[in-house]
Amino acid sequence: MHDLPTEDNQSTGNITPSAGPVEREFTVQARTQFQLIFRRFLQHKLAVISVFVLVAIVLLAFVGGALWHYKYTDITPDNSVPPSGTHPFGTDNLGYDEFARVLRGTQRSLEIAFTVAILATVVGTIWGAIAGFYRGIVDSVMMRIVDLVLTIPIIAAGALLGHHFQSAGWSALALVIAGLSWPAVSRIVRGQTLSLREKEYVEAARALGAKDSRIIFRHILPNVIGQVIVVVTILVALAILTESALSYLGFGVQAPDTSLGTLISAAQTALQGGQWWLFYFPGIFIILICLSVNFIGDGLRDAFDPSQQRVRA
Amino acid sequence: MLAFAVRRLLVSIPVFIVSTFLVFLLVTWGADPLAQLKAKNPPPSQAVINAMANTLYINHSIPARYGHWFSQLFFHGNWGPSIQSGIAIGQLLGTSLELTARLVILAMILAVILAIISGVISATRQYSKTDYTITLIGFLFLSLPVFWFAILLKQLVVNMNNSLNWYFISTYGANTPGLSGWSAFSDAVGHLILPTIVLAMSSYASWSRFQRASMLDVLGSDYMRLARAKGLSRTRVMVKHGLRTALIPLTTQVALDTAAILGGAVLTENVFGWQGMGTMLVTGINAGDFNTVLAWLTVAAIIVILFNLIADLLYGVLDPRIRNA
Repeated sequence: MHDLPTEDNQSTGNITPSAGPVEREFTVQARTQFQLIFRRFLQHKLAVISVFVLVAIVLLAFVGGALWHYKYTDITPDNSVPPSGTHPFGTDNLGYDEFARVLRGTQRSLEIAFTVAILATVVGTIWGAIAGFYRGIVDSVMMRIVDLVLTIPIIAAGALLGHHFQSAGWSALALVIAGLSWPAVSRIVRGQTLSLREKEYVEAARALGAKDSRIIFRHILPNVIGQVIVVVTILVALAILTESALSYLGFGVQAPDTSLGTLISAAQTALQGGQWWLFYFPGIFIILICLSVNFIGDGLRDAFDPSQQRVRA
Repeated sequence: MLAFAVRRLLVSIPVFIVSTFLVFLLVTWGADPLAQLKAKNPPPSQAVINAMANTLYINHSIPARYGHWFSQLFFHGNWGPSIQSGIAIGQLLGTSLELTARLVILAMILAVILAIISGVISATRQYSKTDYTITLIGFLFLSLPVFWFAILLKQLVVNMNNSLNWYFISTYGANTPGLSGWSAFSDAVGHLILPTIVLAMSSYASWSRFQRASMLDVLGSDYMRLARAKGLSRTRVMVKHGLRTALIPLTTQVALDTAAILGGAVLTENVFGWQGMGTMLVTGINAGDFNTVLAWLTVAAIIVILFNLIADLLYGVLDPRIRNA
């Protein structure tokens, strides 16, 4: 995608009939690949709305939490009050302000999700690119390792290791989830690399004496980026769901720290007791984050690969 | 076809053996069976700890321990001692697996059927109101935490049961003890409904998206137009030419997601209080019960490999090119 024309003044004027001056309505300004993708992304209304929702949630969690007049550790004099002006999300039976806790939990969950997405993407992309580029025995060995990691249920291994590293805090949990989710990325990157390495421009680069590492990082990976970005969005949603599931089972984020999963886990019995706000608000935040991330991913997929837009049959 | 099946089966044996070794490493790393014993108050004598270590065979090197465990399992059918009192791992595994298999298989069948139907409808009516509705529902379930949905559904049904005074759909446990014959069966069905719905919906979402994409791919291809141009009816073309080809990617996806479904079953069982594989795993990890966790992960690996094998064989049925290659 980096080798497409980027000059703004390139026009199709030279193919219009030679008689008379160049007609402006037939001249089109060339768009860069990025502009094309961006324009296609804007057509996906839900994806565009989702970007705003996600940015709003991220700002709320990272900035709003600090500005809110209750800290998540503050015990207020109100116990178990339903949502009101002073406590928009109500309070729990100890008097903690649920809004402050949800913001804090969202922040923790997002930190974990972003860490997982970055780590898993970097490891998975490099792993897949090397396997696909060298093929043969290297590919076989590397992809069998991927297959093996995929035979282990992520919740089970996450629970085992999460229990073991409980005292190490949220970063250990993020490492564990990342360590179990990179194989999915590597499979996709490998598939793309297998076909890209046969392209003429890779041949040309090799003829010019480019080293393998240069071919992989400068010529192959930039062309895989579309698929990778889509996978990143899926990973973010998956990481949030995995984190909350592990925290729910008691193997994830531990009190006094809190995450959206930990909050729901604590609110399980609250729903039976009628304190619905403790159960619904953290759940709705998880759904909002995952839904917007998934829509953004869908918009990006359409933008990077418009081949599925129209049906001919 | 038989040669194809046998070849596939032979390939998965080394995969399984290496996979058990990986799982073994994971458990030696993640579970300390002596932790609970050492944490006892008053602390037990060194002799007691040594005796325990001896029973568990953990004073040896990792390859030796693995060899011991593997030979015990495959030549004597022995899963090793549990450190939880009153538990025989093989027996526990049998009863847990039977319960969980019931849930997982039903949920998978339900999810696959729903995914195929909604995926095909969505693809054949791309950009219609139906498509948007199905897509929206799919995305919602894709973003829903399994356990949150389970707790919500459970509470809804509890309220509904109380107001209707009709308790067929049960919200807790896998069955009511002490029933037999027809009443035991209908009781088990009543207990199955909610967990099956929860587990099915958690995988349905991504599969229907997948089915929609692969169906769209097929719908755009030239042979579909050719079949229509030959004069075949639309339904016939869709089912015989379109659907059969579009099912191949879904088969892979379902097999790949087996591990995720087992994970989902752990959560579902936890919410609905089933004494299945989920409970076995959670109590095993909390107790640091090395052999129980190891047995769980080994069985999970067998199931995943088995489903991948079945997917490979289904490929052969769906796509003659693979069978004869």
